Amino acid sequence: MGVAADSQFHVLAVDDSIIDRKLIERLLKTSSFQVTTVDSGSKALEFLGLHEEDDEIHNLNQPSVSPNINQEVEVNLIITDYCMPGMTGYDLLKKVKKSSSFKDIPVVIMSSENVPSRISRCLEEGAEEFFLKPVRLSDVNKLKPHMMRTKIKEIDHIDHQYNQEHEKHQEQNVLETKEDESTQQSNGNKRKSMEDGDLTRQNKTQIQWWPYCRFD
Amino acid sequence: MDAITQLQRQFVEYTTSLYREGYLDDQFTQLQKLQDESNPDFVVEVVTLFFEDSEKLLNNLATALQQENIDYKQVDAHVHQFKGSSSSIGAQRVKNVCVVFRNYCDEKNLDGCVLCLQQAKNEYILIRNKLEALFNLEQQILQAGGSVPMMA
Repeated sequence: MGVAADSQFHVLAVDDSIIDRKLIERLLKTSSFQVTTVDSGSKALEFLGLHEEDDEIHNLNQPSVSPNINQEVEVNLIITDYCMPGMTGYDLLKKVKKSSSFKDIPVVIMSSENVPSRISRCLEEGAEEFFLKPVRLSDVNKLKPHMMRTKIKEIDHIDHQYNQEHEKHQEQNVLETKEDESTQQSNGNKRKSMEDGDLTRQNKTQIQWWPYCRFD
Repeated sequence: MDAITQLQRQFVEYTTSLYREGYLDDQFTQLQKLQDESNPDFVVEVVTLFFEDSEKLLNNLATALQQENIDYKQVDAHVHQFKGSSSSIGAQRVKNVCVVFRNYCDEKNLDGCVLCLQQAKNEYILIRNKLEALFNLEQQILQAGGSVPMMA
């Protein structure tokens, strides 16, 4: 028996502003997540081990999958700024969702501008959330359910069993799951119990809004 | 009244005035909430990054607006960055100038842009001085053996 800490969740944060990287890093660490920050979309892909060149080469004879050999650390969620020179957060989102190895990693977009068309575009491409900057602790609190869901997907064969258990033990925080070879992707066999009701999607449209980002 | 109490009172009054006069907004409170024993200098660190970034951006903006053919897209990109960093630390008045500045970029209004650059500079210097004074007060309280009042 052991208590699985939230630090089992590893978040990759992408922002070209050093101030915002420092801020998001602190916010995530305060929530006990393990954090890696990078300053561009291409560095994020590099960290994941997803190389564009590889994609093109592999495209010739197999689906656009670059082998997951370079990914040493499991990434449970990517949170990225929208407006970045070079590759935008939207470009990064599309690349991640296009990759069969990484498409299950939840992606959250942050932007200082509330542009409804931008928000819907990101959500349509598979972003889980759209946070208006500056990001706050109340936003970061919405991340965990998305990571829980991915973990559950990875071990969905025990999901059913888990849910039954969960009904019986609403207050129980930690659950030990049975040994199974195919749970090796899930960072061991222990995980924290889910909070009820957190899986519902948040209301993504916000009020205030500014014109547009001229990087796109 | 002992020295520490007096400094603490001064600190509370000064902080309150910065919010009241619109220099700071709630985002600065958010930063303070992220500071704890394991990160005792978080606010100073982030604000120092903001100072460095601001000075670089103000220089870039001055240069960009002095060109014969002004690249308003480039000017706007700098202002966009400045707006982002000022809103991330809660420097509300700087952020507000940036909002107006971007509208002038849209219109390619050089006079408006030059005016906004001057205002942005002024507001930046004001908030820098005020935050430095605030940090200074914090240091005095700590050196006197007191604890910095929580403002949240």
